Amino acid sequence: MRQFLRRQRYLIDYSLSALARRPGKHLALLLVYTLVVFLLASVMLFTQSLRREAALVLAQSPEIILQRQIAGRHDLMPAEYLDRIGRIRGVSAKYGRLWGYFYDPAVRANYTLMVPPPGSPAHGEPAPGDIVIGAGIARTRGLEVGDYLSLRSARGEPFAFRVAALLPHSTELVSTDLMLLGADDFRRFFAFPADRFTDIVLQVRNPREVRKVAEKLSLALPDTRPILREEILRTYDAVFGWRQGLVFVLMGGMVLAFVIFAWDRAAGLSGEERREIGILKSIGWETGDVLRMKFWEGAILSLTAFFLGYLLAYAHVFYLSAALFEPVLKGWAVLYPDFRPIPFVDGIQVATLFFFTVFPYTVATIVPIWRTAVTDPDAVMR
Amino acid sequence: MLLSPAVLALNGVSFTVTLMLVLAAGFALQVVRHWDLTSGSERQLELERRTYLIATLVTWSFAAAVVSLLLFVYNAEQMATQFVGAMCATGVLNAHPLGWPTLFLKILIFFAGAAWLMLNRLDNQAPDYPLVRVKYWLLLGFLPLAALEAGVQLGYFLGLDPDVITSCCGSLFTADGDGVAATVAALDPGWSLAAMYGLGLSVLGLGTVHGWRARRGASGVGFALSGALAFAAALAAIVSCVALYVYEHPHHHCPFCILKGGHGFIGYWLYLPLFTATALSLGVGLISGWGHIPSLTAAVQADGQRFTAAALALFALFYGVATYAILTSNLTMTGVWW
Amino acid sequence: MIELRDVKKVFNQGRGNALWAVRGVTLDLEPRQVTVFTGPSGSGKTTLLSMIGALSRPTSGRISLDGTLLSNLPERFMTQVRRRTFGFVFQRFNLIRGLTVLENVMLPAYPLAPDYGDLRRRARALLAQFGMDAKADDKVEWLSGGEAQRAAICRALINAPLILIADEPTANLDSARSRELIGLLGELQDLGKTVLVASHDPLVFESARVSRVVELRDGLLAEDA
Repeated sequence: MRQFLRRQRYLIDYSLSALARRPGKHLALLLVYTLVVFLLASVMLFTQSLRREAALVLAQSPEIILQRQIAGRHDLMPAEYLDRIGRIRGVSAKYGRLWGYFYDPAVRANYTLMVPPPGSPAHGEPAPGDIVIGAGIARTRGLEVGDYLSLRSARGEPFAFRVAALLPHSTELVSTDLMLLGADDFRRFFAFPADRFTDIVLQVRNPREVRKVAEKLSLALPDTRPILREEILRTYDAVFGWRQGLVFVLMGGMVLAFVIFAWDRAAGLSGEERREIGILKSIGWETGDVLRMKFWEGAILSLTAFFLGYLLAYAHVFYLSAALFEPVLKGWAVLYPDFRPIPFVDGIQVATLFFFTVFPYTVATIVPIWRTAVTDPDAVMR
Repeated sequence: MLLSPAVLALNGVSFTVTLMLVLAAGFALQVVRHWDLTSGSERQLELERRTYLIATLVTWSFAAAVVSLLLFVYNAEQMATQFVGAMCATGVLNAHPLGWPTLFLKILIFFAGAAWLMLNRLDNQAPDYPLVRVKYWLLLGFLPLAALEAGVQLGYFLGLDPDVITSCCGSLFTADGDGVAATVAALDPGWSLAAMYGLGLSVLGLGTVHGWRARRGASGVGFALSGALAFAAALAAIVSCVALYVYEHPHHHCPFCILKGGHGFIGYWLYLPLFTATALSLGVGLISGWGHIPSLTAAVQADGQRFTAAALALFALFYGVATYAILTSNLTMTGVWW
Repeated sequence: MIELRDVKKVFNQGRGNALWAVRGVTLDLEPRQVTVFTGPSGSGKTTLLSMIGALSRPTSGRISLDGTLLSNLPERFMTQVRRRTFGFVFQRFNLIRGLTVLENVMLPAYPLAPDYGDLRRRARALLAQFGMDAKADDKVEWLSGGEAQRAAICRALINAPLILIADEPTANLDSARSRELIGLLGELQDLGKTVLVASHDPLVFESARVSRVVELRDGLLAEDA
């Protein structure tokens, strides 16, 4: 065992010096390699953090949302439905919600107006005339705490709200266009009927009872549709995974080009390198020794490129807010969130990334390396 | 489903591995047909050099298969959120009839690959390569296994439909269910634990005896068989009993959740020694049969003893960790549950 | 004792351009002597030497070393024998550029994985023995022809081989350096090494230090041709 480790040390020593002796050739490969890792890792870290962000936000949302439907379209929920639901075993709380969208022609953007649900964590219901707004609204309208925001109500008269607070930065992806206000303000502003809610939400403690509760709801109130949080989460997961995969397939061409490049590099040895291998073989290195030495060379290159690429991608996504992808995502909305994802690293991501970069590189170089390693030991004598 | 990156990676790896083995098998066929060590011809020299390529291809395929086994389990863990009722990897594997077969095939490939590499290592120590035909015929048998795994895995991921209601470890591994998994969970914990320790003793005993007698060219088949049995018993005991102690929950029979950080990653301490030790013991069985070939006698003894010692140490580690998990648990099963 | 029995070697076998480099050589070589193989270029002396040194395998015939058959070993095992038994000095020195003299000398020992400190000491001692200790940390491309040749000899001796094989060692040296080299080879003989040299340089095969001259012609011993 000690002999084995010592031999590997000698071989690593030689590969390092071989790499250092031809910096130009290996630098080009390292650069391309790092770039491939960087791009794939950026996509991966970015979508993964979007997914986590969404999951974090959803974690606080209620287990069941009940919507009323008329002719297959979403309709307002009569307040009396809250009573008609009655007591369902397993439901720990139920209440009606008020929320809606407002188009602000001044900045040509949609806001989400919402009355905070009872017991919501950070902010209680704002006092009459007060609002709490997301960072996106504050940025585009240039608002600070204490400023007034004037909007045209549904009846055409202007309404002035005082900004009481801003929403925290950490959930900006979801809260950027959010505006929280009191229930009375909400009803007056939208001329919303007094006996109606937008929808009803139910909290269910035990996740295994959610489906049963939903089943009872759709029996008791046939004109409603229950939406489960786990379904939303599942959909998000599937959509994010699917999008990420699609990007990976698109990038498959890039990986393929990289593989061909790596193959070419490994196969196209210079005369000097060929001679070197020949010398090693003639002075007593065995084919297996050369294979192992070349393996270490590849491992050193791969690990360097992998770490460099991954670190760069990490910095790109978590410190530069994925600046390269910004133009693509800006199409979403005018209120583009100034999104700073929470940094994290995930084993499955690293393993997947490894299979998309290091594995193809290794496979591509096996045959060329073998061809080099089986050089005739007496070649240098001819 | 197929488009998630981890799934893409898993399928890509399986098909690449199959392709590499096709290449290796093609060369192996040539070697088997034209091998003639007494000849000094250039073709024989070329064939000898091909053996390096074949061994390299198989080694890398094996390494990739090991990582893909891990990734497969991680991925199942992660996909749990996408299936109604699935709370961990078990639920995801249950979501389609090909889920468990894929996992079992991956494990089988791990054992077969390890044993083949050990045989190859043995053969490379004799100047006349006496096993060259044997090992390459075995390699040809290895290929369909890899191809089957790639196909079954593809079928599994294609067939996965996120809307299927699956049962997770909580409901699946309860004793009143049916199917293999439930049968395993329904095993009497006392009996399964007794089987695990009993077969453990037998493998440690037979291993020690084999370690002593390997010098005299004894057969290691008994040791290999007891290793395989101990492996099966250990898995059954983990599902029916040891895992419960780890989770400190009398109904949570899940072989995967113990891999999570919440349980101190104890699963790795159980599975890595167990799988490696079993692979080594199977390899010992495979190589011990060739001691009668004069050029291999010394190598069979040396390798046999070395691998047996390593297998024994790893089996001992596994039983130590399992015992530790049971003893330090706050769950009391004796007298309460059985 | 090295025994060759009807050794033949063909290149590009079975093709139109097949070339019989060695056509049947039977020969016994005594240990602890300086033997020179001579003959015009193309006479097969380098090919023969590479087969004796286990660098390549004869197409047919047998080569054995102290009773052990070498000629039918696969490359893997031939290499194992070779790196402990033979040291090689080549016509063009074949040092690896970019590495220091010391590293070049140590290279043949890498696959054997000896203790690093030990190996370094051994290499330094060898370099001192051949008057190269001052150059140990220089890159090999800075060496003169004579120095490079001595570095190559040190490299050939690092694994303490019993037999040293030199292929046209004086081809790139002037007469003074050539004589010096022959002196060195003679010293090795005094140390108990067997020395085999392929050369068509009269300075070499007419030297007093040479115990035996074997002449080759068209792949056969001159006496058989």
